[in-house]
Amino acid sequence: MPLWGLLAWQDIRSRYRRSKLGPLWLTLSMGLLVGLLGLLYGTLFKVDLVRYLPFLALGFVVWTLISNLTIEACRVFINAQSIITQMAMPLSVHVYRLVWRSLIIFAHNILIFVIIALALQIWPGWTGLLALPGLALLALNGVWVGLLLGLLSARFRDVPPIVESLMRIGFFVTPVMWMPEFLPQRAVLLELNPFFHCLEVVRAPLLGQSPALTSWLAVVGMTLAGWLATFLMYRRYRRYIAYWV
Amino acid sequence: MSVELRVQGVTVDFPVYSLGARSLKNRLLHRGGGGNIGRDADDRLCVRALDEVTLVFARDDRVALIGRNGAGKTTLLRVLAGAYEPTRGQVWRQGQTASLLNVSLGIDLEATGYENILMKGLLLGLTPDQIQERTGEIEAFTELGDYLAMPVHTYSAGMRLRLAFAVCTCGNPDILLMDEWFSVGDAAFVKKVRQRLEEFVDRTGILVLASHNLTLLKRICTKGVLLEGGRIKAIGSVEAVVDVYQRESR
Repeated sequence: MPLWGLLAWQDIRSRYRRSKLGPLWLTLSMGLLVGLLGLLYGTLFKVDLVRYLPFLALGFVVWTLISNLTIEACRVFINAQSIITQMAMPLSVHVYRLVWRSLIIFAHNILIFVIIALALQIWPGWTGLLALPGLALLALNGVWVGLLLGLLSARFRDVPPIVESLMRIGFFVTPVMWMPEFLPQRAVLLELNPFFHCLEVVRAPLLGQSPALTSWLAVVGMTLAGWLATFLMYRRYRRYIAYWV
Repeated sequence: MSVELRVQGVTVDFPVYSLGARSLKNRLLHRGGGGNIGRDADDRLCVRALDEVTLVFARDDRVALIGRNGAGKTTLLRVLAGAYEPTRGQVWRQGQTASLLNVSLGIDLEATGYENILMKGLLLGLTPDQIQERTGEIEAFTELGDYLAMPVHTYSAGMRLRLAFAVCTCGNPDILLMDEWFSVGDAAFVKKVRQRLEEFVDRTGILVLASHNLTLLKRICTKGVLLEGGRIKAIGSVEAVVDVYQRESR
């Protein structure tokens, strides 16, 4: 396993060192949250629980992945300061470590959905496999987000708190808890929300629906545009990062 | 394989961002501290930490880096390690480099001794197999016994340092960069540490050691480089350079 993979596993082990269930605690607490909110909001929104619970579970789990990747991206270089200022190691190692760690946590959390799906006897069918390219796209986006936000945050220390509050807003304007069809028409607000599309390419397949073409295009577009912007930024500013952190 | 470490015309400017640069500028331009303050091409305030430094080291060089605080020793070590890309100038580094600027780097308090050996070894550029191979020897040296299976936060400060030191010195680097000599452990341990360290240094091709301990530098090193305000003030045999330094600071 490459260095970043080992480092990521070590992060997980350290974080949950003294707990018996380890990362499954996170799963358990999120499971509880999904269960309670499912009952509450299912009743409030008057939707069928068989439809709402899996939707909510996946929404939470995928949103957690997106928000982990984005928020922790800000500190990816700042936290690795002692390594960066001591040795010549590619900066991408730190970002791969973050992405891999987030994916490991995601793999734990997705259990919630599996349990709910088994309990409610829903089966996404072959469409479910589309979640894999969706997830791969999220990881690819995670890498450029890590590189870019990591660089910006190293230079401007205001970036982490700004990103954190934006992600909090993002959670509410993105259909994590509420379903897209609650909106009278598919509102522009929804189509312009990049988080919505990121969520869709993983959530929809697992619910047995094929994501809209616009969602695929949006995510692929984000990947390309993001990587291009990151590449340009790195060509100019990469060498300053060691001085900034 | 040839071992080489060379820097040519290396200049490092640290941009200054924090603090009100405007008001700071007035104060700083009146000079103070060891570095030079000036402006870069984009008219940003910056500190020149290294100024046109050219050095060539070859196999078996034992180099003492001498200078007052803020003379640029650590910056130079970071440039040599490849962590800092210089503003101008070039660095050639051939050979596996171990950068021991911070001995405790990569020590995770929540992880066990054994896990720390693995993680720290990886950061030093060893492969998992190599680390496996050397674990026995590290066990024997640290005398930590069953503690190695326990989280490092249960260790005393001295034990932690012993572990970090043992892993740092288990490799076989071609180029070794050190910021201050290790001083680890209690009286009984000092001799062991000294012996291990000297064996380790003997195995390496090039040593660059920054320290304020002149007696030690004279004992370990052959060459000396005196830095002042980011420039090379003197270079030559370690005795000669130490002499210059002592005359200067008197």
